[in-house]
Order: sequence, then C-alpha cells, then structure tokens
Amino acid sequence: MSKFGKKQNEASPQINTSSLPDIIFILLFFFMMVVVMRTEEIQLEIKVPQATELQKLKKKHLVSYVYIGVPKAKLRAKWGNAPRIQLNDVFKSFTEIGPWVENERKKLPEKLRPYMTVSLRVDRDIKMGIVTDVKLELRKANALKINYSATKRSKFGE
Amino acid sequence: MAKGKSRPSRDVNGGSLADIAFLMLLFFLMTTTMDIDKGLNVKLPPLDPDAIIEVDVEQRNVWSIAIDSRDRMLVEDKLMRIEALREATKEFLANPFQRLDLAISPEDAVVSLKNDRGTSYDFYVQVQNELKAAYNELRDDESLKRYGKKYGELVIEQKRIIKDIYPIRISEAEPEDLGGE
Repeated sequence: MSKFGKKQNEASPQINTSSLPDIIFILLFFFMMVVVMRTEEIQLEIKVPQATELQKLKKKHLVSYVYIGVPKAKLRAKWGNAPRIQLNDVFKSFTEIGPWVENERKKLPEKLRPYMTVSLRVDRDIKMGIVTDVKLELRKANALKINYSATKRSKFGE
Repeated sequence: MAKGKSRPSRDVNGGSLADIAFLMLLFFLMTTTMDIDKGLNVKLPPLDPDAIIEVDVEQRNVWSIAIDSRDRMLVEDKLMRIEALREATKEFLANPFQRLDLAISPEDAVVSLKNDRGTSYDFYVQVQNELKAAYNELRDDESLKRYGKKYGELVIEQKRIIKDIYPIRISEAEPEDLGGE
C-alpha cells in the first residue's frame, strides 16, 4: 500500500482525492442501512395524529402496518371517497385482516412471534367506527400488541 | 476491491468514481423516506372468553370517560375539556387528599373509556395520549421520590416496582353508534 501511496505523491502535488469514492461509498452504505426501504406504495391519504407520549418502534422487522384512510385524489374515481384499509400493497376488507395477521406472523421466527406488533397508521380525520372494527379483527386474530402511529407534538394547539 | 479503487491507475480513470457514488447516494436520499416510526403503544384485551377475568370494581375506582360523535368528552358524567383531562386523571389515580369519590389506590383504579363510532380518530388518540401522560407523570414522580431518577432511567427491577404501583388499566367498552358516521 505504502508503495502505491508514494507513487501517487510523486505524480501529483495536489490534494489526494483517491479516497473520496470510499468516503462517499461509506456514506452511501450508511444511508442504505439506516433508511427503511418501504416497498409498499401507500395509496391512501394519511396524516397521522400528533401526540406527546410517543414510544419508538424499535424492532422494525416485528412490525406490520395497517393503513386506514381515504384513497388519494387520483385514485378516488376508482375507489370512491369512503375510508379504506390497506394491508401491504392492496386494499382489503375486514375479513381479510385475520389471514393477513397469520401470514405476517408466519414470516417471523417462532421465538419472536409473541412480540409481533401491528402499527395502525390511521388518518386523523377518520371516524372511530372503522378503527374499532379493525381492532376487533386484530383481537380475533390474537394480535394484541398494537401501536397508534403518531408524530411528535410539544403542546396543545400547535 | 478496496485496493483496486484506491490505486491511481494510468489506464483507468478513477476520478469519476466519486461522482458515480455521489449519484447513487443522492438516488437513495431521494427515493427513501427517513421516517422514524413512533406512536402510542397499546395492548388490546384478548377476545378469548376464557382469558377475561371478571373483576368486581367498586364504583369509586372507575374513572369513566365517554366521548360522543362530536368529540365532546364526559368524564364521570361531567363535560370536560381535553386540556384538563391529564390533571384530573392524575388526581383520580393518586388521590392525594383521600377523597371518597376517587380511587382508593392507584392499583385498584380502572379507566373506562367509551367512544362513539363517530368519534374522530384524532380526538381518540388525544384522549389515549393524555391518559398515558397522566400515568407516565405519576410514574416519574414516584420514581424520583424513591430512586431520584426518572422512570425511563430505572433498571428493570425498579421499573417493575413502579409499574406495580401504577399499573395502566384502561378498559375500552364496545363503542356505541348514536351519532352516525
């Protein structure tokens, strides 16, 4: 290595930029690790509520997401204005929640199955009726650890 | 691989490698969302009828909260604003003046939450948040008093003790459908 280094110094008296790609690559890998690749496209308008007593969802692989909201503007012609449930990539009905939970649970190793969490990402303007129905389905499927997804808020009226 | 990259070669120009890496970096920055998942953790009661334990709860130990379809909240049959809920709940749980209409002790206290099918999800989460905040603040107070540390900084053993003093017991009734959605 040192041999090559010497050679380079002789070749150019300027600042050595040969390690720049490495640095950028390290940055790149860092981002690739940190960032969550969300493969599913959310087809609903979801603005989660704000709250103060938040807990982080640490183990991402244990979390499954249920989205509830009104379809996005461009999809309304097809799907209408009523709130819908999205699991993974497609709109689903209540009855499909149970099998979906089973399926998600099967993806996890046996040991970790009791720790499975279902994160409810629900739009803030949705009425509780549909949320209650989803909660009932989750209880039927014995997925009891849930999380109401929210963003940070510091005080009232913000 | 690293060796090949760092070697200044006359034949292959490695100068553009940085640019390529930069492009990839930017691509990743653009396409991925850096959203940190946060939220309120809640444990649902099991539906299995065998798992439900019937407990006789005295009326004074129950903190009943009802929300109607227009996001108005009745706490113990009195209208209350969401801003007041946290302090009121704390007083109910801890009962510092030993009032006869509030909980005997935090261990016995049960929060009963009932909402309408027309209640907005936002308001529901706010109520859940305030209840959780009340418990968290009480736990923090107790931890500071006993160990001089906040609840989050305690070791597991100490946490369990505090948890037993202030167990979170929120029972949710089946929602009514009065207001329509």
